[in-house]
Amino acid sequence: MFGIEALDLARFQFAFTVAFHIIFPAFSIGLASYLAVLNGLHLFTGKAVYLRVFQFWKKIFAVAFGMGVVSGIVMSYQFGTNWSVFSDKTGPILGPLMAYEVLSAFFLEAGFLGVMLFGREKVGPKLHFFATLMVAVGTLMSATWILSVNSWMQTPVGYAMNADGQFVPEDWWQIVFNPSFPYRLTHMVLAAFLTTALVVGATGAYHLLRDTANKTARLMFSMAMWMIVITAPLQITAGDFHGINTLEHQPAKVMAMEGHYDSHPDGAPLILFGIPNPDEKRVDYAVQIPKLSSLILKHDLNAPLDGLDTIDDDKEPPVTLVFFSFRVMVGLGFAMLALGIWGTVQRFRGRLYVSEWLQRAAIVMGPMGFVAVVAGWITTEVGRQPYTVYGLLTTAESASPLQASAVASSLVAFILVYFAVFGAGTYYILRLMVREPETAQGNLREGPIRTAGITPAPGVAQARQPAE
Amino acid sequence: MIFDLAFIWAGLIAFAVLAYVILDGFDLGIGILFPFLKENHEKDLAMNTVAPVWDGNETWLVLGGGGLFAVFPLAYAVVMPALYAPIIAMLIGLIFRGVAFEYRWRTKRAQWFWNWAFFGGSTVAALAQGIALGALVQGIEVENRAYAGGNWDWLTPFSLLTGLAVVVGYALLGATWLLLKTEGAVNNHARRMAWPLAVVTLALIGAVSLWTPFIDIEYFNRWFNNWTMVFTFAVPLLVAGAAFVMFWGLKSGHDSWPFLSALAIFVLSFVGIGISFYPNIVPPSLTIWEAAAPDSSLWFVLVGAMVLIPLILMYTAYAYWVFRGKMDPDEGYH
Ligand code: HDD
Ligand code: HEM
Ligand code: HEM
Repeated sequence: MFGIEALDLARFQFAFTVAFHIIFPAFSIGLASYLAVLNGLHLFTGKAVYLRVFQFWKKIFAVAFGMGVVSGIVMSYQFGTNWSVFSDKTGPILGPLMAYEVLSAFFLEAGFLGVMLFGREKVGPKLHFFATLMVAVGTLMSATWILSVNSWMQTPVGYAMNADGQFVPEDWWQIVFNPSFPYRLTHMVLAAFLTTALVVGATGAYHLLRDTANKTARLMFSMAMWMIVITAPLQITAGDFHGINTLEHQPAKVMAMEGHYDSHPDGAPLILFGIPNPDEKRVDYAVQIPKLSSLILKHDLNAPLDGLDTIDDDKEPPVTLVFFSFRVMVGLGFAMLALGIWGTVQRFRGRLYVSEWLQRAAIVMGPMGFVAVVAGWITTEVGRQPYTVYGLLTTAESASPLQASAVASSLVAFILVYFAVFGAGTYYILRLMVREPETAQGNLREGPIRTAGITPAPGVAQARQPAE
Repeated sequence: MIFDLAFIWAGLIAFAVLAYVILDGFDLGIGILFPFLKENHEKDLAMNTVAPVWDGNETWLVLGGGGLFAVFPLAYAVVMPALYAPIIAMLIGLIFRGVAFEYRWRTKRAQWFWNWAFFGGSTVAALAQGIALGALVQGIEVENRAYAGGNWDWLTPFSLLTGLAVVVGYALLGATWLLLKTEGAVNNHARRMAWPLAVVTLALIGAVSLWTPFIDIEYFNRWFNNWTMVFTFAVPLLVAGAAFVMFWGLKSGHDSWPFLSALAIFVLSFVGIGISFYPNIVPPSLTIWEAAAPDSSLWFVLVGAMVLIPLILMYTAYAYWVFRGKMDPDEGYH
């Protein structure tokens, strides 16, 4: 019963649970910072509208954060349950980084979360702002450490091997700041900000379509459109640098992303679209621009680029998935840029709050940040196969000695539970989002989250109004 | 050398696990008692007493797991696959009860469902933790740096007993916590629930303690043959003392002594388990030194831990301080 079967199930389980997990942090990293900004603006300007927007998103944050926490705990135990050999071998290096994540990030978030959600009246606006800030700092620290972990697995440095076959640390500085880490961190944090801006923008747009005069909705929409037009080009630039860095350290991944089965000694084309054909080792129906890939990756039209023909077949990543997920991410990146530019144009024409087509487009783009994030991670993770620690430890060697039946049961359980629980959560979040912002303020006096609890009926009844 | 880095880390991990057990213990306990609390007033109030702190409480579990991965990677790599089913069950239980804290207030129609999810998730998580503990005490088969047993080795009468003990013990922590945080009718109800829970908890602790020495000759020697025998007298005596304070507090109408003595009972039981284990981290064959990561890893985290753990304790205490005292049922949290 050992072997390939249990391994594939474990891979699928890991991919499934981590893909779910990343959705929540991508949102809560951005939202925590947004809440801190709103809280700060209210503190310094005294304008009520900032507090209203804060209260509106706070409740949504509470639900999303809860889902992030419970799906994250699954991740931290899953390394041991399903990838025990990996844990034993990389523990001396990756364990400390994750321990730092817990000590410096998770406790900070969790410690101040209660004060942020329920404590405003008890501690006053200044300390409340401080608590919100600490939660935001915590989410960013968490991203920093976990991306250091992931980046070390992609570009391992600063280690030695001991007699038991473990990776042992030689130079912590090199390990934490490994070659792909700065690029990955920048790209991921920007992704989180962009994703949140898209969600906030879509929510603002939805309420503007119902009532263009709604002040709260205007503020949300305006802030989000600024954020998008600033972060989208930064994200594309960061992605470009990230790709160049990957070419240096994981050329096979870039070959798969680009669909370069063949080497191009004098300038490689950029394949815009096509269908990879792994059996024939070529891309069918390719629409391509000559030499552009060399220009992007090497900043020289005629620079030679190697293809997958230079890589042993058993060391090649699966091309099709990487090729498509990369295009989804990049395509969405440009769509976000277009949205940002459109919004800016309308702003300068004085039509930001009344352009219905812009608002409809913003609603359609609302969930696209999540799609891009997951697509980006699929590119990253599938593109480094067949390794977990790049070039050193294969995925097959990393797995736990578990029976396939055990992994199959846990996988089915996770799928059922995740769809049910996180499906319900998404539904509640959507319902909170479509609730009119002004009503949200009215609600607050009786108390939204917890206070609704003391006499839940009115709070819940109001929360449900728009859904009915 | 006994007092070295690995030893210090064993102590720190033990501290994290203990912090987890007593902190998340009382909020899991609230979940376990949920069906016995009255709709909706008592349920709402009980949940509100732990809502601002449960996430912080649960983070100690992440530190326990993450810490093990960092400083005893071999133990982490052996124990997790060995306890695969209980760990997965615990994680799924924690998902249900964790989201219930928010979901329950977001729906009226399905509130009953999240009430049950809160109960079911808390109970499954507690049971799975107890079973995992029992399975660990019974010992885990290790060969070539890997778990060498089967899917079901964790399931034995002894592990079921420890599972039950943990569920009832957490419920006791929950009931006494409620006693501490509430007034009036809820307070009386909590007191009534605490009585039988205390009796059963003590009985189960007794049963587990009497059974443990007969599982393995090592445990028997530890408790009855070495100098460590002093603990054989000291620990039960102290438990008896704590039990006395508990019953006295319940009887004479004190609100905080029962919770404190429940904590003391948990700490003492934890010490008892520690005595049985040491110097193994995975009984019967893996010592803390064999499982420890290289010194450079232990140092690296220790430096941070020395700074960060006191900070964490400070702001955690602050959060508890902000929400101190009796819950005002009319005010609630804003
Ligand atoms: C809102 C999300 C988002 C958007 C719009 C983009 N990306 Fe991205 N991308 C991510 C979100 C993301 C990510 C989820 O954050 C990834 C996965 C791992 C990582 O570090 O970032 C990622 C990975 C990733 C990688 C893989 C690097 C590696 O694994 O070695 C490359 C080369 C790019 N991105 C390049 C781009 C380019 C050229 C974009 C321009 C349009 C782009 N990304 C838009
Ligand atoms: C959070 C966003 C992430 C997503 C969506 C994601 C997605 C994936 C996917 C799809 C795979 C499967 C690749 C394959 O088997 O072909 C994978 C593998 C893996 N990832 Fe990630 N990943 C993410 C982040 C991380 C992080 C932060 C880490 C480490 C700390 C990590 C560690 C691993 C490991 C160890 C594997 C190998 C096991 C396997 O192949 O399934 N991942 N991931
Ligand atoms: C496989 C890798 C991962 C593991 C093992 C992991 C582990 C965890 C754990 C245990 C928690 C709960 C913390 C608590 O109790 O408060 C959590 C939450 C969180 N994780 Fe992950 N995580 C992983 C991937 C990621 C990635 C890729 C990011 C971001 C780039 C991330 C960012 C966060 C954040 C910000 C939270 C706080 C909760 C939230 O914001 O929803 N994690 N993670």
